Amino acid sequence: MYSLASMATMAACIFMFGIFFCLVQNVNYIVQIAESGVAVTAFFDEGMSEAEILEIGEKIEDRSEVSELVYVSAEEAWEEYKEIYFSENPQLAEGFADDNPLANSAHFEIYVSDVELQDELVTYIESIEGVRKINQSEDIANILSDFNVLIGYASVAIIGLLLAVSIFLISNTITIGINSRREEIGIMKLIGATNAFARTPFLIEGIIIGFVGAVIPLIVLFFGYSKLVAYVTGEFNLLTGVLQFLPVMELFKTLIPIALVLSVGIGFFGSFFTTRKHLRV
Amino acid sequence: MIRLENVSKNYSNGVEALKNINMEIEEGEFVFIVGDSGSGKSTLIKLLLKELEPTEGSIEVDGIELTKMKRRHVPMYRRKIGCVFQEFRLLKDRNVYENVAFAQRVVATPSKKIRKDVPRILSTVGLAEKYRSLPKQLSGGEQQRVALARALVNKPSIILADEPTGNLDPKNSRDIMKLLTEINERGTTVLVVTHDREMVNLMKKRVIAMRKGVIVSDERNAGYDHEN
Repeated sequence: MYSLASMATMAACIFMFGIFFCLVQNVNYIVQIAESGVAVTAFFDEGMSEAEILEIGEKIEDRSEVSELVYVSAEEAWEEYKEIYFSENPQLAEGFADDNPLANSAHFEIYVSDVELQDELVTYIESIEGVRKINQSEDIANILSDFNVLIGYASVAIIGLLLAVSIFLISNTITIGINSRREEIGIMKLIGATNAFARTPFLIEGIIIGFVGAVIPLIVLFFGYSKLVAYVTGEFNLLTGVLQFLPVMELFKTLIPIALVLSVGIGFFGSFFTTRKHLRV
Repeated sequence: MIRLENVSKNYSNGVEALKNINMEIEEGEFVFIVGDSGSGKSTLIKLLLKELEPTEGSIEVDGIELTKMKRRHVPMYRRKIGCVFQEFRLLKDRNVYENVAFAQRVVATPSKKIRKDVPRILSTVGLAEKYRSLPKQLSGGEQQRVALARALVNKPSIILADEPTGNLDPKNSRDIMKLLTEINERGTTVLVVTHDREMVNLMKKRVIAMRKGVIVSDERNAGYDHEN
């Protein structure tokens, strides 16, 4: 009876952990996608040759914070500008045919590997001779960075709380089990049973509670998540650009081992320490 | 076989349960330890089972110094001793066979040997026919015989019996004592803690009398009343 209650509570804890894990992983995934679109743009002093600019580019590309570097020449910048602002009146752009108004707009679009490293990279680029100006979306970088940190803290706090609750419950169940079988354990020890012999049934009980307590919520989460992803992507097409779900298998190939190790580990160690405390005869 | 030298035991609440006890019991002896409540008999049994540690002195059983024994060796030591208690201490949810077999499973006896030993020992205590009965279906005397079978099945060199006839009528008490005598005659050392005046007087064995934690008399072929 107490074992069933423990299993149910463990299942509830792992279920909550699973939901939180799915949430965190998906938010991280979305943040990662958003981060990959955040770029720093570096412009150069007037009159610098393309060769000189490309040489600076090589220096920047060597930095570990840089995930991608795109060179946009003055001509490409002008082409892009024309496409955006003169697409309806291309004849207006003809007036600049031989005189590129963006002649000094050759630049690099620099994508950072981790948005938290953006400030460091910008400081470095600013120190390079020949760099005239840097454009960066500081607000987005900061928001994403803060959000990541917040999620990190929240994960640790909630997982820690769930762990503590689970260990307390397992310990209680095993203590109740030991108390209800104290007579039997006492006889065992007087007959000459080793601690390991007296302990083994409780350790097995702890492992089973942990295992069943993980498998049930994992099955529910697996089907629940699959249905949710299918439903949201099917019913809310407009959101697909904003909400990017992690594929089910990719998420669960991490969640299943973590939940099992966590749950069985709590079951085993909860029983181990409780029996060590109570079985000294 | 059993030797206590200057053994004292003080509990944390200040009670002096044993005071400077000296005692020697030879291999194959049958000894009664008698005394009123609070005389220190139960403390003595607990010290011999290494459930308690003496405050002072040394206890040697079968060549082993208990005060120097490491905790991990206690189970092996206890396998040398068969215990019988006043309240039988049987597993209520298991039948007679399982109660006796349990003692062998605890010491990892192979199943084949258990199947051979349990009927034999039940036959010795006269319960071969009742191997399927649960403890609650047995009389007090029968339950004590199951407890005795459980104590004997692992062939211990010492039997410690704490008030084994305390809950039994005179006829069942005599049967249990007869069984203990038979076991003793086969070479097992038997130590019986008891209040059973009539039984002690009838048996005429060695009697160690205790009062308030000290030994007041130690006589062979004696009776309970010898001390008074």
